[in-house]
Amino acid sequence: MHELGVTEGVLKVVLRHAEVSNADRVVSISLKVGELHDIIEEWMQRYFDYVSRGTIAEGAKIIIHQSPATVMCEDCGKAFPINIRKMDKILCPYCSGIKVNLASGRELIIEEIEVI
Amino acid sequence: MDTIRLIDIKEEILSDNQDLADDIRGLLLKEKVFMLNLMASPGAGKTSLLIKTIRQLKNDFQIGVIEGDIESLVDSEKIMAEKVPTVQLRTGGACHLDAPMINTALEQIDLKNLDLLFIENIGNLVCPAEFDTGATCKVMILSVPEGDDKVLKYPLMFSVCDALVINKTDCLPYFDFNIDLLKERLQKLNPDIKVFEVSSKTGEGLDSWCKWLETEIKAYNEKLV
Repeated sequence: MHELGVTEGVLKVVLRHAEVSNADRVVSISLKVGELHDIIEEWMQRYFDYVSRGTIAEGAKIIIHQSPATVMCEDCGKAFPINIRKMDKILCPYCSGIKVNLASGRELIIEEIEVI
Repeated sequence: MDTIRLIDIKEEILSDNQDLADDIRGLLLKEKVFMLNLMASPGAGKTSLLIKTIRQLKNDFQIGVIEGDIESLVDSEKIMAEKVPTVQLRTGGACHLDAPMINTALEQIDLKNLDLLFIENIGNLVCPAEFDTGATCKVMILSVPEGDDKVLKYPLMFSVCDALVINKTDCLPYFDFNIDLLKERLQKLNPDIKVFEVSSKTGEGLDSWCKWLETEIKAYNEKLV
């Protein structure tokens, strides 16, 4: 259900940019969503259809690009992807280090919009 | 024919919430109020831990509570019985608290006479993780009956918190809860997180949790000088 709050955030930012560029209508909205967020495209679209009613973004298609979770090895500094749902044994494939930090997977960004 | 134009945005979706949260943090720093956002599933023991913590710390700090856990007044009545100022947010069916809601609550609180302000967030491990409330510190509770695999199911929550309180450790003999495995998984996601093993019921572990909190508050206040 948190998609509703996120969707309201999307609408606000999109309308601001669309108005600045004198758009008549927003056709699509591309989002970059880190794997750690439980954000489902279908729900985003449903909530967006609801909150955007009567605005120039009504009917816009939400496109989500999921960005994978990656960690950075503290020993060698190289990044590699991890399976966030199964984290029992994480070994750096480059140096076998076991100390890692989350490098990506928490993004929640509006990348671009298509307007007419 | 209308041509489609592409507009490059690259902007955080929750930037409005984030900006307000940063403003709140600035205000709290100025007023020397340490705000702790407490998050957990329903029934993990948020209210019990709060009450036990308030009892241990209330001689040293002026404490207040923002109570957001759904509509009923059950929790805020329990907290008010501890004689600390409490603001009940009417959140209806909301699944999380965000910066605008906390901002509204702060208007009803006398920050001048406060050192420590707890937010009891809505019982949920998904949504509250997404929204910065402006808190100085984020803490989550995981209770033993919930299981040690929750870090795999709710990675965002575990990744954003400064501390994890494993509550209801008095139940450990009855559950297959592997604390070492949990810590190992947590280490990968959030190596800096502090972990406390607590039983609000027996009082075990409360001292080290309260001690840590006390140290954090003192460090925060020293940052101001």
